[in-house]
Amino acid sequence: MEFLDTLIVLLQSTIRVSVPLILAALAGLYSERSGVFDIGLEGKMLGGAFAAGAVAAITGSAWLGVLAAIVVAVALALVHGFASITQRGNQIVSGVAINFIAAGATVILGQAWFHQGGRTPPLSGGARFTTIDLPFAAELADVPVVGAIYTNLLSGHYTLTYIAFALVPFTWWVLFRTRFGLRLRAVGENPGAVDTAGISVIWLRYRAVICCGILTGIAGAYLSLAMTAGFVKGMTAGKGFIALAALIFAKWKPVSVMYACLLFGFLDALSIRMQGHRLPLIGEVPVQFMQALPYVLTVVLLAGFIGRAIPPKAGGTPYVKER
Amino acid sequence: MKRTLLSLVATAVMTAAAYAEDIKPAIIYDLGGKFDKSFNEAAYNGAEKFKSETGIDYRDFEIANDSQREQALRRFAKDGNNPIVMAGFSWSAALEKIADEYPDLSFAIIDMVVDKPNVRSVVFKEQEGSYLVGVMAAKASKTGTVSFVGGMDIPLIRKFSCGYKGGVMATNGEAKVLEAMTGTTPDAWNDPVKGGEIAKSQMDQGSDVIYAAAGGTGLGVLQAAADADKLAIGVDSNQNGIQPGHVLTSMLKRVDVAVYDAFMAAKDGKFETGINVLGLKEGGVDYAMDDNNKDLVTEDMKAAVEAAKADIIDGKVEVHDYMSDEACPY
Repeated sequence: MEFLDTLIVLLQSTIRVSVPLILAALAGLYSERSGVFDIGLEGKMLGGAFAAGAVAAITGSAWLGVLAAIVVAVALALVHGFASITQRGNQIVSGVAINFIAAGATVILGQAWFHQGGRTPPLSGGARFTTIDLPFAAELADVPVVGAIYTNLLSGHYTLTYIAFALVPFTWWVLFRTRFGLRLRAVGENPGAVDTAGISVIWLRYRAVICCGILTGIAGAYLSLAMTAGFVKGMTAGKGFIALAALIFAKWKPVSVMYACLLFGFLDALSIRMQGHRLPLIGEVPVQFMQALPYVLTVVLLAGFIGRAIPPKAGGTPYVKER
Repeated sequence: MKRTLLSLVATAVMTAAAYAEDIKPAIIYDLGGKFDKSFNEAAYNGAEKFKSETGIDYRDFEIANDSQREQALRRFAKDGNNPIVMAGFSWSAALEKIADEYPDLSFAIIDMVVDKPNVRSVVFKEQEGSYLVGVMAAKASKTGTVSFVGGMDIPLIRKFSCGYKGGVMATNGEAKVLEAMTGTTPDAWNDPVKGGEIAKSQMDQGSDVIYAAAGGTGLGVLQAAADADKLAIGVDSNQNGIQPGHVLTSMLKRVDVAVYDAFMAAKDGKFETGINVLGLKEGGVDYAMDDNNKDLVTEDMKAAVEAAKADIIDGKVEVHDYMSDEACPY
């Protein structure tokens, strides 16, 4: 039983830390499937986290914070779109620029508005998300195994957590079962063919980039309104890049993306949990090893076990109508 | 003619500046920034206190990354700022270079010993303050499990952790102390999301008092403890007011006093170099009591902490210094 309890606690932590990864990786999925590489996930998340923290602090409403996060992240996404779709600029350069703008602008605006060294004021009450319990969670808690899983693992998360997981099948459905999805994938593989069919490549890619903005905005809001209470400079701490790695790892498929993010989240949770613990035979594992483990595993798995990850064919190249 | 005139003007300006005020103090903060509500903010408060008392303005700078250290320090030295105080052990490499290049200037570094004739090194006995909050944590814990969240994994932070453990174990030999570090890079000082996650993991393992010595990361720890209705212990500055009712106490490290003293000494022309060790006895470390935590701390806890404090000051109890042998005996 103790083992089960430990496992459940570990998995619960996994779910918490993988939500921003899932949202960001799905965001990247929309964008990259349409042929626009997006290295600026990190920056958009950071911008979203800041907007959410700032607006929630002023209005006292977490949902208005989420809305603001989406607006800011979509605005940044449109900048990326304008540079790389309309102006046919280099998508990597534009993405990196977004990251730099977000990292600098959030701190400067935060300092100018709130005078707390780039932080937003600490949030409380309705200005941040609290966990919700699923129905019957308390009643079922005593049922062995199933009760523990239901009450401690599935129940007691933030609304945004459930939204994030619901977005995985939704994204699959959009991409593989709707006309928009078919066209979006086509535009990432062979934009010429889509254009020949009389569909605007530019407009399709813009829509994909907007989807990307919406999701990164939610991811940012989750960081500043749910996981913590307020924005702190650089709080994304590389999550956008890990999400990008997960996306490649999962070969640009929505359900695999979820599993990849859960794996990364699990390794993160495990490294936190294992610190200072003794393992049989080995003894105490050094902290540094545990913290390096996610990266080591990524390299090993990418190198040998999952085979080649082939990006969308037209990814990274701006579409030119006539040559 | 033109050149003579120009140099004349330049000399005039320089002398005017030199006479206008005797010292031009400067302070440079470490990563985390001056409003981290912790270490750097304590340094900032010391400098502000000096400014309000003497009316002498000071210059300050917040670095954004490690590569700016030497550049920032050299810039201040070149402008003739004197004394220059650096908050944080990470400044030692840059300081060793610059101290030689500007032998006429006085420098002070906090949390590190730099052996140069013009440098004052201020170090604290963090283990003693941590021991006190450890005693209080052991008394306050209902589960018998308490925990520690460190920032970057370095000997200095292990020193906090070891003193804390010592205090807990001396009070309750059966207690369990969990400890975890946020990371191994300077980013670990500024990752409240991970800090909160570590705190949650420790609370899941039964911890109900969490001591955070992690700069900005600690804010996430305090938040997580408050959300779960558990207790946290702050560090460096008085953090009792950040989550009122959920911060048991704070381990005070009087970085503000160190900064203030350095500026004041320079102003009075009595700036002494060498190593300056501040422990409980010297008032360099302590635990925080104020209106925010007076309902959390019972008479029993307070008596135990005061007794431990007296014992340490008398030398009856010697708290082990992790940095002396890189090991923790508790």
